Amino acid sequence: MSVPLGEVVLQATDIEKFFGPNHVLRGISLAVRRHETVMLIGRSGSGKTTFLRCLNFLEEPTRGVVAMGDLRIEADPFLEHRRSRRGDVRRLRQQTGMVFQEFNLFPHMSVLDNCIEAPLHVKGLSRREAVASAERYLDKVQMLDRRDEFPARLSGGQKQRVAIARALCMEPEVLLFDEPTSALDPELIGEVIVVMEQLAHEGSTMIVVSHEMAFAREAADRVLYLEGGLVVEEGPPEQVLDDPREEATQLFLKRFLSEGAKAPARHAP
Amino acid sequence: MTASTDPIVARIVRADERRRLRFRAVFAITWAVVIGAFVLWLLNINRFDPAFIAEQMPYILGGAPLTILISIASISLAVVLAVLGALGRLSRIAPVYALASLYVSVVRGTPLILQIIFVFVALPQLVPQASKVPAIILGVIALGFNYGAYMTEIFRAGIQAVPPGQREAALALGMSDRRVMFRIVLPQAVRIVTPAMGNEFIAMIKDSALVYVIGVQELLWRARTVGSANFRGLEMLLLAAAVYWILTIILSFFQERLEQRMARGDR
Repeated sequence: MSVPLGEVVLQATDIEKFFGPNHVLRGISLAVRRHETVMLIGRSGSGKTTFLRCLNFLEEPTRGVVAMGDLRIEADPFLEHRRSRRGDVRRLRQQTGMVFQEFNLFPHMSVLDNCIEAPLHVKGLSRREAVASAERYLDKVQMLDRRDEFPARLSGGQKQRVAIARALCMEPEVLLFDEPTSALDPELIGEVIVVMEQLAHEGSTMIVVSHEMAFAREAADRVLYLEGGLVVEEGPPEQVLDDPREEATQLFLKRFLSEGAKAPARHAP
Repeated sequence: MTASTDPIVARIVRADERRRLRFRAVFAITWAVVIGAFVLWLLNINRFDPAFIAEQMPYILGGAPLTILISIASISLAVVLAVLGALGRLSRIAPVYALASLYVSVVRGTPLILQIIFVFVALPQLVPQASKVPAIILGVIALGFNYGAYMTEIFRAGIQAVPPGQREAALALGMSDRRVMFRIVLPQAVRIVTPAMGNEFIAMIKDSALVYVIGVQELLWRARTVGSANFRGLEMLLLAAAVYWILTIILSFFQERLEQRMARGDR
């Protein structure tokens, strides 16, 4: 918000996805500009998480293209080009950090080792460089004092902050957040949101799937409402959340807010 | 919740403790009575010769280190084969999957004792050089191959028990498939299967006795040889049985401790 938006860094075009016969994404396009924070909202089953996972090919889209920098990766539904495409997919992933609902920290590694694993072995940084950068990002999420702890000894909020630091350590162009607070106890959500808001204000490029409407108002530049695998409404948060044009959006927000804005905490850990 | 000072609390704690102690005492007494009665009976029949046991003890016990050595060597070979087998059984490359499955199917579908005899008797017919290989090594190969097949399935289950989110997180960081497997998935799978590996090792101690049929001079071979030469089969077999039993009790103790630590551990 405070940093003016730059050029388009990630462009997804006409992403479609079938799970068996189910058409869960029916053609979603999204161009994200540098320093922009885009928030995807919608009820469960709307396709928002699947779309996010298609952006870094954790899910293989059935149709569509994801482009980033000089990379342009087409959907490969028959896995015919898996081999030739593998390098491109890995390069794309190195430039897109992902934060998961269930944190997915590596339990057999300390906090610091979680953060330096990929910079060391994927980016090829020296140990000194990797540790220095990991310490900087751990400090940013206020977890530096726990650098030698193992994940099992951290609270959910602390785990998620470490997971954010781990993603930042790869210095990605874009950060993807997949319901980062949905698995957290209510009293731990705040500490993660604070970190995310700080990142957004400092100009990180972020795509966030979440039910945290307060975060959307505070930090998002753009909100997309998804339903049935399509973008139904799109615009600045104050317009989409406070003055939605589409009936579907109005209905969703009404129902969502009447439920006391409690995030649907599906499959807790 | 505050701790109550009601005296009944202390009395309940003491009663619980007494009950636990009584249970353990009865347990120990039952064992002592049964085993003691059996020993007394043996000592009172004149066909049983305890002096012979004492005399042969050093020689029979000399087989125990060999038994342990064979077990360690075989389990090590088995672990290597099991990791390869498990990766094969999880491979999406058809021939690799087929080979791993064939290995598991053949080894699990035939008797261990046949495999041991096969390596000793039939292998030299196929590969003449095998006749020069010491029996102990042939025995280790057969045991390792057999256990490798069973442990392949344990490792496969262990790898599959690692949550899929671990793999996804690693892939999302841009790691290669190989690195994901060896740095993220396998280390966690090893933790998951470690208690089961303990069980396999204990089972191996006992199954290693089977290599006596190809003349490896381990515990059972010594007991059988000395026993039949002197018509003292009962004494020697009882001695060998006692040694195996004590070995497995000791190992079970450590295995239980390991299991407890793993259950607690930094997962």
